[in-house]
Amino acid sequence: MLKIIDLHAEVEGVEILKGINLEINAGEVHAVMGPNGSGKSTLSKVIAGHPAYEVTKGQVIFEGEDILELEPDERARKGVFLAFQYPVEVPGVSNAMLIRQGVNNIRKERGQEELDPLEFEDFIQEKLKLVQMDDRFMDRSVNDGFSGGEKKRNEILQLAAMEPKLALMDETDSGLDIDALRIVSEGVNKIKSDKNAFLLVTHYQRILNYITPDKVHVLMGGRIVKSGGKELALQLEEKGYDWIEAEIMVNGEA
Amino acid sequence: MSKLSEAQAVETAASKKYKYGFRTNIEYEEFPKGLNEDIIREISRKKNEPEFMLEFRLKSFHQWLAMVEPEWPNLNYKKIDYQEIQYHSVPKERPKLNSLDEVDPEILATYEKLGIPLSEQKMLAGVAVDAVFDSVSVATTFKEKLAEAGVIFCSISEAIQEHPELIKKYLGSVVPANDNFFAALNSAVFSDGSFCYVPKGVTCPMELSTYFRINNENSGQFERTLIIAEEGSSVSYLEGCTAPMFDTNQLHAAVVELVALDNAEIRYSTVQNWYPGDENGVGGIYNFVTKRGICKGERSKISWTQVETGSAITWKYPSVILKGDHSVGEFYSVALTNDMQQADTGTKMIHLGKNTKSTIVSKGISAGKSQNSYRGLVKIGKKADGSRNYSVCDSMLIGSECGAHTFPYIESNNSTASVEHEATTSKIGEDQIFYLQSRGLDEEQAISLIINGFCKEVFKELPMEFAVEASKLLAIKLEGSVG
Repeated sequence: MLKIIDLHAEVEGVEILKGINLEINAGEVHAVMGPNGSGKSTLSKVIAGHPAYEVTKGQVIFEGEDILELEPDERARKGVFLAFQYPVEVPGVSNAMLIRQGVNNIRKERGQEELDPLEFEDFIQEKLKLVQMDDRFMDRSVNDGFSGGEKKRNEILQLAAMEPKLALMDETDSGLDIDALRIVSEGVNKIKSDKNAFLLVTHYQRILNYITPDKVHVLMGGRIVKSGGKELALQLEEKGYDWIEAEIMVNGEA
Repeated sequence: MSKLSEAQAVETAASKKYKYGFRTNIEYEEFPKGLNEDIIREISRKKNEPEFMLEFRLKSFHQWLAMVEPEWPNLNYKKIDYQEIQYHSVPKERPKLNSLDEVDPEILATYEKLGIPLSEQKMLAGVAVDAVFDSVSVATTFKEKLAEAGVIFCSISEAIQEHPELIKKYLGSVVPANDNFFAALNSAVFSDGSFCYVPKGVTCPMELSTYFRINNENSGQFERTLIIAEEGSSVSYLEGCTAPMFDTNQLHAAVVELVALDNAEIRYSTVQNWYPGDENGVGGIYNFVTKRGICKGERSKISWTQVETGSAITWKYPSVILKGDHSVGEFYSVALTNDMQQADTGTKMIHLGKNTKSTIVSKGISAGKSQNSYRGLVKIGKKADGSRNYSVCDSMLIGSECGAHTFPYIESNNSTASVEHEATTSKIGEDQIFYLQSRGLDEEQAISLIINGFCKEVFKELPMEFAVEASKLLAIKLEGSVG
């Protein structure tokens, strides 16, 4: 589904990603872990098309097509979704308005009927249940005055509504208390299927107790320096990142 | 918004920012440039005005001569040469307006092109239109239907002929000629405009609307609007304005007066889209307008809603004098400036009566290299016991080369009054747009959603179809400004 080949990206002239290679298949959950400043968030933003990052080399192939030249909204309509680490507030715009417009744009792209406000109302009810959100949230301005946990749940609500093929989750677990983490994770587990794929960017392995990854990648200094199964996450939790750094030094790759 | 109009909006945005910039080729009966007593006498004579009007004009002219152009606004522009302007310009073969069929077909076509069809079978249902083309009113629709309800809606020239007693009583009663430089100029030379009178107890059966069009490059437009709502009556009025693109600047100096008697209500909405000039600041309308209403009677209400998107220069402070006890004044404004536009706009709420209440909601959006200022005065008089004002002024900046300024003035002479003022400034950023784009919205949809959210409190005050128009208009104006 997603194939990243030798991806280099920079922001304001500083190279952050220095040659990422990664392949994710439908039905898989991958976790990308790494210390602060390693480029984890950058990776998810570059895949989604954030304009502040310039790709200097490499390819991001999504469903057989290099999407690097596409606008962020074109990528979204093709089925790439980014759950933000810091969801943005949009005062005066109701959650319902935003999600309905987004969902309808995506449905149009897929050749499905657009939902009128009443149909949307029904459609969103079951999604709200997934993340245990009250439907009053639909009338509130997007993320405006939401608590940290509410914002993150709202991201997963949107994820559920947009039904992406590839979901990028940028530190969704940060700032969540244990109950919210459980709700969000359960939501993701219900959305997960053999037709979609998840890329979880995270600093802690905590969320991986709830969402089991098929693969774990360690990102350091803009490169994936180690990949493994879910046990790698536990090792990181236990030993931190230093031992990997040491391992790399031994291999002379740093 | 329907799919079709959405597609049209996108197409318009792609083709050009200002789609009203065409000029209609018609012949004019023109006055020589410049202003003096003879010109004023000639205007009055041409219009066959009664003696009291000529006196009104001449007196205003002499007051104007003694006044100087205000320099306090936060505006920069080349001094206007008032002797280089034509003060009267009338399309030739002016029809006797017995029927719309007699209006110059070129002019009808112009309004058609602007989306304001004047032929009655095509008109927006429930909206009566007075069309003012350069200096004259060319058509007023639905007159008979309004007359059945007792509502007078006609051009002000016609009102001067047909209802001189109302004109004598109210013209200049809210904005006296010597109020300010531009009001004095308007009082001396105003050519046409709309007049509306709603009798006691009548709720006007339809929306009233005036559509102003500047077409002539050399003439100024000086229109005058007067609306009177008698005891217990109510009326909703909307004006729209566009102009062709010229490399020169045209002066527009209008005066609007509203009078609300006991328990009467006037809602006045404006969608101002005069030509703003090009991205380098060449051309565009100089818009110097005095708008004021008086809540003369108890429990009367005047509400101004404006969406200001056009003009190179905007200088405009729609105000309310709250004279009647328990009267209410409201001002809802969206002012958008882009490229080199400058706006200095706001309101004045003058509380004189007891328990009077005013609300000010101002939303300024600045993009490009534009400058956008809110200037407002809340004045509480000695006798205005228990009066309240609430003001909120929000500014939104797009890009880093524009400016937003807020100049709130508060004068309270009564300790029982309460005045609240809130102000915020925010920036529409890459991150906000990226967020919406990552939800499948294209850039234009994203900007329009953000701007609509920002302006929501104002748009909800507009009549439904105009709210849709206004939000489309803002999206088109901002196309390409972000990022």
